[in-house]
Amino acid sequence: MDAPVTPPEVRSADTARVDLLLIAEMISPGSRVLDIGCGDGALLRILSEKHGVDGRGIELSQAGVNQCVAQGLSVIQGDADTDLVHYPDTAFDYAILSRTIQATRNPRHVLEQLLRIGQRVVVSFPNFGHWRVRVQLLLGGQMPHTDTLPELWYDTPNIHLCTIKDFLALCDAIGAHVERVVALNANGTKLVSMPLSTQNLFGEQAVFLLSR
Amino acid sequence: MNENPGAESFAELKRREQITNPQSEVVHFPASEGLPLDSGSVLAPFSVAYQTYGTLNADKSNLILVCHALTGDQYVASPHPVTGKAGWWETMVGPGKPIDTNRYFILCPNVIGGCMGSTGPSSPNPETGRAYGPDFPVITLRDMVRAQARLLDHLGVDQALSVIGGSMGGMQVLEWAATYKDRVFSAIPIACAARHSSQNIAFHEVGRQAVMADPDWCSGLYLEEGKSPRKGLAVARMAAHITYLSDRALHTKFGRNLQDREEVTFGFDADFQVESYLRHQGMSFVDRFDANSYLYITRAMDYFDIAADHGGVLANAFAGTKTRFCLISFNSDWLFPTKESREVVHALNAVAANVSFVEIDSNKGHDAFLLHEPELFDTVRGFLSAAARRRGLADASAGA
Repeated sequence: MDAPVTPPEVRSADTARVDLLLIAEMISPGSRVLDIGCGDGALLRILSEKHGVDGRGIELSQAGVNQCVAQGLSVIQGDADTDLVHYPDTAFDYAILSRTIQATRNPRHVLEQLLRIGQRVVVSFPNFGHWRVRVQLLLGGQMPHTDTLPELWYDTPNIHLCTIKDFLALCDAIGAHVERVVALNANGTKLVSMPLSTQNLFGEQAVFLLSR
Repeated sequence: MNENPGAESFAELKRREQITNPQSEVVHFPASEGLPLDSGSVLAPFSVAYQTYGTLNADKSNLILVCHALTGDQYVASPHPVTGKAGWWETMVGPGKPIDTNRYFILCPNVIGGCMGSTGPSSPNPETGRAYGPDFPVITLRDMVRAQARLLDHLGVDQALSVIGGSMGGMQVLEWAATYKDRVFSAIPIACAARHSSQNIAFHEVGRQAVMADPDWCSGLYLEEGKSPRKGLAVARMAAHITYLSDRALHTKFGRNLQDREEVTFGFDADFQVESYLRHQGMSFVDRFDANSYLYITRAMDYFDIAADHGGVLANAFAGTKTRFCLISFNSDWLFPTKESREVVHALNAVAANVSFVEIDSNKGHDAFLLHEPELFDTVRGFLSAAARRRGLADASAGA
């Protein structure tokens, strides 16, 4: 996947992608991982160097793929919407979709495929329920423009934005079991022990751990 | 075509010498150790000529097998014994190059059916003492790969760190990975496919018919007749050479420019630079290649279809593979287009194999794999280093 939210050089910086470190925490060491939309390979590198993971990646942009492979990562050029069907059932311990689902044409199909090929699925996305988003639309009357959603409406790759509540509803609809939800505020701090509606208001991004 | 008979016959003699007495190393397998072929016959005895670069390490874990293309040979990184030209992959193989001879031991055998010292149609037939000619058995890419496996046995190497090649070389890499799963730690098939397309078979047939239409082919017995189907083979090469380039590469290089003249001559001379270039390609090719080898090797490529050998399902060929794959294609290659590589990737995904796939933006067509393509070099270097790390090769295991 093309970096759907921010350009790759920004994505790879640990500060900008705290969700990657959070995802890495969720992955058991030594497991088999497929990272869909792996960008420049930042997460795969963290996983293979620090967690001894057998990692593979799919990336939409050819430049990202070539950069990954030249660094010794196992990455192919491909599209989450069309290419997940080629993988067998339960081929991976984890299938990861970081900040990509909102850029897919058919998020439901993609999520179902992820649950088919991974024992567990990790999904992160920018939360469209964040108060700043709500305020911009309510008071400014314009499409929101934030750090995690920097593009203007006409050139954003993000065509299926959702809130934490929306995503929970999709998980429910396809029978995915939600093992963990972590919302992060604008500083990348975890919002712990808060009710869901509060997380949906103050979480700028969210990371879900799912299983079948 | 302008020909210079004296120079040709000298080149021809030098070339023929390489068939029976190559400049490179040769291993001779006696009749008792013949090579069973897909056709059912046995090639016995047989020889494999090969070049090596770098040093094999103590536990024999740093061997990289390079498979050459249709008209290639074992002279990857050293001058060609007939033409004197630099090795065909010196951009890729050498000290400090992506396939680093300071770190890896590089082995490149001449394919069987070839004409640079491995047994082929112009080698002597032990039954008659004369060249096999048309009596040489039809071979397949799997037969070529089997012969290479015997060479690895001979060298005492169980597993190659990597098997790499472009075009027909890439097809051999895939055959290696399918046939000898445990002997291939990593595989780099470049600009190739898991089967030869009907369009490619069609081009080969044009080439073969050009050779066979030359009266000097003598039904394949030209060596006995003291002749050589130079014109037919040159035409075959001219037609094939077009398929190795792209429309854009030809246009950039030649456009409609005229050759040493101000205007067209209203005749059939090589008015255009592109004609002159192709004629030169054709004529220089026949100085270094054997016509019957061309027929046999193109046939072997035509028969190539890995899926057909595995119940019609390509993924079956790679079931259970532990090999790390890195496929590479070029977006202007219309002979082996990217979609062919992608089909292999999908088959490998279906068996959850470890696979990387890079398509490189180049306007040079199929031949890009032989040329200066920095992204190709970065990919091969990065992938090989990662494979070597996984295989336990020390980073600083410089052999020289």
